[in-house]
Amino acid sequence: MNMTRNTTFYTVLLLLALLAPWIGLYPIFLMTILCYAIFACAFNLMLGYSGMLSFGHSAYFGVSSYVTAWLMTANAWSTPAALLVGALSSTVLGLVIGLIAIRRSGIYFAMITLALSQLVYFVCLQAPFTGGENGIQGVPRGDLFGLLSLADDLSMYYFVLFVFVMVYLFIQRVVHSPFGQVLKAIRENEPRASSLGYFADHQKMLVFILSSTLAGLAGSLKTVALGFATLSDVIQSTSGEVILMTMLGGAGTFFGPVLGSAIVVALQNLLSDRVGSWVTVIIGAIFVICVMAFRRGIVGEWLAFQSRRKSNT
Amino acid sequence: MTDIFGIPIQVILGQLLLGLVNGSFYAMLSLGLAVIFGLLGVVNFAHGAFYMLGAYATWVLLDVFGFGYWWALLLSPLAVGVLGLVLERLFLRHLYKIDPLYGLLLTFGLSLIAEGVLREVFGASGQTYPVPELLQGAIDVGFMNLPIYRVWVILASLAICFLTWYLIERTRLGSTLRAATENPRLVQAFGINVPLIVMFTYAAGVALAALAGVLSAPIIQVSPLMGSSLVIVVFAVVVIGGMGSIMGSILSGVGLGVIEGFTKVLYPEASNIVVFLIMAIVLCWRPAGLFGKE
Repeated sequence: MNMTRNTTFYTVLLLLALLAPWIGLYPIFLMTILCYAIFACAFNLMLGYSGMLSFGHSAYFGVSSYVTAWLMTANAWSTPAALLVGALSSTVLGLVIGLIAIRRSGIYFAMITLALSQLVYFVCLQAPFTGGENGIQGVPRGDLFGLLSLADDLSMYYFVLFVFVMVYLFIQRVVHSPFGQVLKAIRENEPRASSLGYFADHQKMLVFILSSTLAGLAGSLKTVALGFATLSDVIQSTSGEVILMTMLGGAGTFFGPVLGSAIVVALQNLLSDRVGSWVTVIIGAIFVICVMAFRRGIVGEWLAFQSRRKSNT
Repeated sequence: MTDIFGIPIQVILGQLLLGLVNGSFYAMLSLGLAVIFGLLGVVNFAHGAFYMLGAYATWVLLDVFGFGYWWALLLSPLAVGVLGLVLERLFLRHLYKIDPLYGLLLTFGLSLIAEGVLREVFGASGQTYPVPELLQGAIDVGFMNLPIYRVWVILASLAICFLTWYLIERTRLGSTLRAATENPRLVQAFGINVPLIVMFTYAAGVALAALAGVLSAPIIQVSPLMGSSLVIVVFAVVVIGGMGSIMGSILSGVGLGVIEGFTKVLYPEASNIVVFLIMAIVLCWRPAGLFGKE
């Protein structure tokens, strides 16, 4: 896509997002998509741009979700402060898990992040402040600095949209920065990047923390928007979902994870009432199809198709 | 009565036995994972699902066809092994040349499909399976009652583990297998059909998981989700042991099961997470795992 078409694409998309609640789409549904889109974009920072498959990103999403919920219910914190501290709790968690997981790469990295996220899951299950099987319900939405109440679905939606756009722009900035280029170099050839004088582990650690923090922000935002934090935020299948969203849309593309999360959330909403357990089967089947038939994802395949067409003419 | 740290010795021995039972399941499953990973370079996320399928096959054999435990011990792994053959041929074979992460993702997808289908067909609740007549009851060994079935599970799975070890490390077939792991092209040049070996290795690995499923059927609830959390623990076991060595997987599997059993006595809240904590410590100390080579 060239510059002008890119701009047109995003302008149309933003207009659609602004108008979406007025054309019959439920704000709650849209907010769920956007929160998962932030989550998937954060995840993509690792899988797409650094080639690290974390199988445990639900840990950050879930822990931040719990922290924000707990701060706002038991301690009556304000919304911005609870969001911030919620996201920062994932920074710390990302630091700890990263320091352990970064010692191995590739397939082992995936297994270690999965195991550690399972540890986090059991801690959340048993910790006194998470409400066990029930989770934390009835989280108030609060307001923004006393200026704007978020109790209304519409104002909450526009706030979530604002945060999403900020995160999206931030991730583009990171990927296009020299740091992003170094990450790509490490992904493509780690020994060579090291020999050029980059400490691969430092760079990986940095992107790990960045990704976990943004995943945490997504979890915190989801808690404020939907009003609850439960075990389903931190359970392993949530990690699977975010991988699927990123893969389906296209890992290593900016828009792919957003499209992927829209499709997966919509599918779950449409199907879960009608087909019960078959949702799991369908999600599994999409996984298999993605891996077998289009590994670049929808957006990735589209971009590849575009560049093929360009080179032919 | 003798106490250790204020805990009756019977309780400790009881948990030790349970730990050994769990440990032998860990050993069987991590052994299969290691064999598959060695030859295929695929981390088989579906291992837990195959374990679950093995247990369900056992239950269906009895409930629908009237075949008892001893038949199941033979037929379930066979059926699951055939399924493994088909899946390897259809899917996994096409992924060997690309990033191994895709193999993990594919098998993850397959395990979701298996879980979803079984939940839809048999419901989410667990089924119980009777302990076979021959192995019912307990023997009194003086200081405690040993349930015969649990002893059988430990002995049977250890025998299977050592048999597998012997097969791989000490026989002609095993040496071919190890050679194919080291250098598949060279082995192929000697006129050995490596893709066929790979296919049957995958089948054997998942049959091993199914066999563990059969052994576990009488002592746990047979449910669609029984494999999904187990496979994560087994991953941790494999990271701790290092995937390179067969004996390493057996030892770390049994050892971690026992440690988990003791944790249940001393500090029950931590029993779910102790394996993961040990994994974190081992990674800080020896990133390649206890028996692994970097």
